[in-house]
Amino acid sequence: MKRVSFLEHVAWTGAGIAYSVSAGGLLTGRAVAGDATAATEFVQISDSHIGFHQAANPDVAGTLRMAVDAINAMPSQPSFVVHTGDITHLSTPQQFDDARAILSQLRAPLIALPGEHDVLGNDFALYLSNFRMTGSAPGGWASWESKAVHYIALLNVFSFEKMGLLGAEQLDWLRRDLAALPASRPVVVFTHVPLYALFAQWGWTTEDGTKALAMLQRFERVTILNGHIHQVVTHEEGNIRFASAAATAYPQPKPGAAPKPGPVTLPRDQLLHAIGYRTVEIDDRDVRTEDHPLA
Amino acid sequence: MDGMRELFIAGLATLFLAPSAEALGASPAVQIRGDAYAPRTLTIGVGQSVTFTNDDDDAHTVTAVDGTFDSKGLDTNDVWHHTFTRAGRYAYFCELHPFMKGTIVVTEATR
Repeated sequence: MKRVSFLEHVAWTGAGIAYSVSAGGLLTGRAVAGDATAATEFVQISDSHIGFHQAANPDVAGTLRMAVDAINAMPSQPSFVVHTGDITHLSTPQQFDDARAILSQLRAPLIALPGEHDVLGNDFALYLSNFRMTGSAPGGWASWESKAVHYIALLNVFSFEKMGLLGAEQLDWLRRDLAALPASRPVVVFTHVPLYALFAQWGWTTEDGTKALAMLQRFERVTILNGHIHQVVTHEEGNIRFASAAATAYPQPKPGAAPKPGPVTLPRDQLLHAIGYRTVEIDDRDVRTEDHPLA
Repeated sequence: MDGMRELFIAGLATLFLAPSAEALGASPAVQIRGDAYAPRTLTIGVGQSVTFTNDDDDAHTVTAVDGTFDSKGLDTNDVWHHTFTRAGRYAYFCELHPFMKGTIVVTEATR
């Protein structure tokens, strides 16, 4: 397997995280491939942590609203906006209400996955009652087809001592879901926790992720987009491309660059450079991501 | 200025010389800081209550491996108490950071 350094696009300074500058502005992650110009097909946001109120971002509701406003202002609206989890900070009813009030302002349809912060106590009830995906399996995971692309939203926060876990039931479902698909069909997968061992020491991995990746290996173009780590990191394994997204709440240290993961406090202007949203373009040949900071 | 310095020194002395809560017979406590439980292993007597305090800048949980107790989400500065009514060795972890692990050892002897 080919392993590409996933840190090449993220620079670290003594003060905190600074994303590399490119023509598109700060925090522009590497386009996953190609350079064609197509309209944005969908938008990814992640890790809003509604209810968080520490120094790293005293106004997480405000920064989520900034992201929503920016997406709503796009001249051509995306087919959907996917939130890849940690919608709330502590899974409380109030935090779910507050998050839903903001996210319901999106003009495009919302698809929201849970993060481990949304299912504390291994309890999915509040997530499901607020954000269950249309057509999802009883366990909450889902797949759908749109414009000849196969989308899959996997839930990998069935944690209990093993952060990042899909479980046998979901893996069986995934095997059946993929069975009839031709290898040429582009597949886009959403998860919260990275599906590969991005940095296992900090729980940035999925215990049984390799089983899902094995099922995806036969496809010619697979793109896996996740959240959880609050920073843009890209990675490739064969035909599978991974891209972790920035948060809308606050950044975290790059893997191993601090004694522990957790909120990184930056001056306000730098914070807005380190959080944002991601647009994704899809054409006949490729899936491309571009990351947009809030300032 | 001298007065302030004395106050500061007195404060330091309190920090370093204060006997542990356990030694005073007060409620045993676990502090959560820097993605770790301190002490990592705490021995108490049956019937004692343990105070868990989240002094970290991140949210954490105190979740029993055997499922017998769960603090749910503890925000920064949140405090949670749990009383251990049976002797045994209770391993726990943080649901948000599963690499964080701790143990409460509950002995028959009343402390």
